[in-house]
Amino acid sequence: MDGPDRVFDDRTPGVEHEESTANFPSYTAGLALAILATIASFIVSQTHLLWPPGIPVGLVVLAFAQIGVHLVFFLHLGSAPDNTNNILALAFGVLIVFLVITGSIWIIANLNANMMPMPR
Amino acid sequence: MTIATTDAVPAAVPTELARGRGGGGPAPKRIVVAYGFWIFILSDIVMFSGLFAAYAVLSGNTAGGPTGRELFDLHNVFIETMCLLFSSYTCGLGALSAERRHSGRFLIFAALTFVLGAAFLLIEATEFAGMVAKGAGPSRSGFLSSFFTLVGTHGVHVTGGLIWLVYLVAQVVAKGLRPAVLRRLLCWSLFWHALDIVWVGVFTLVYLMGDFR
Repeated sequence: MDGPDRVFDDRTPGVEHEESTANFPSYTAGLALAILATIASFIVSQTHLLWPPGIPVGLVVLAFAQIGVHLVFFLHLGSAPDNTNNILALAFGVLIVFLVITGSIWIIANLNANMMPMPR
Repeated sequence: MTIATTDAVPAAVPTELARGRGGGGPAPKRIVVAYGFWIFILSDIVMFSGLFAAYAVLSGNTAGGPTGRELFDLHNVFIETMCLLFSSYTCGLGALSAERRHSGRFLIFAALTFVLGAAFLLIEATEFAGMVAKGAGPSRSGFLSSFFTLVGTHGVHVTGGLIWLVYLVAQVVAKGLRPAVLRRLLCWSLFWHALDIVWVGVFTLVYLMGDFR
């Protein structure tokens, strides 16, 4: 049989032994996609390519796409086992951000709608 | 085969699959440090979400003052966005060179990142100064208070990132690319990429939504 070191694969915490998955083509692809998304959102906001009432929705979709590109190509969030904790933390962060933003807009819009007319 | 022999030689743990799910022994320090810093970044983004919510709520309350449509210059915003995007790219290439122990190339990319970040800040400071000179300072209306708070907080983060970068470059020069310095560089690059993500929210919500046709 092989020695126990082969079986247990002991590591010392803090010993650097692995390269990250990052490389030059992935950063360049990320840059190209991010530039595309940025230019697309500027064009969408300044022209009537999209049905005008749909422009805010289009902008939000493009922003989410670009944020996804940044997360995958620049921050290297992926499905690797080392990333499980990062993804879970991100999911929790996204939940809080969603609650804070939509909750605020919803509540304040409700209060605005129920305001008495201001004396002029 | 008997039970005794299987006890003597435990089955090999598939460490590559087990890591991150509780098996396979302690994760490398690089992974642990990045995870801790990721938690900080997420908490920072939660703070920004409060500012975004305040802006979304207050952006219509101009109190008879200037609106975003009158104040914003989208050409500047586009240049700012490109500065930050390319600085994120050079930051990534710098991190890559550092990981492969090319300190000369790292210094070049760090300098490029710094110049692009500083250009972003310069454009933003000029924009702020122009708005204050026009009488559209943060005290003019609820819209402008929330605008200056949100965009200003992002600018302060970029400033902090640039100071941190200078400090790290000094460490690379003085100490070389040793593992501890590499981990600090990793945290810094996470911070810098996260600022770019926040900026995507800023230019979409503040500038483009405030000024679409």
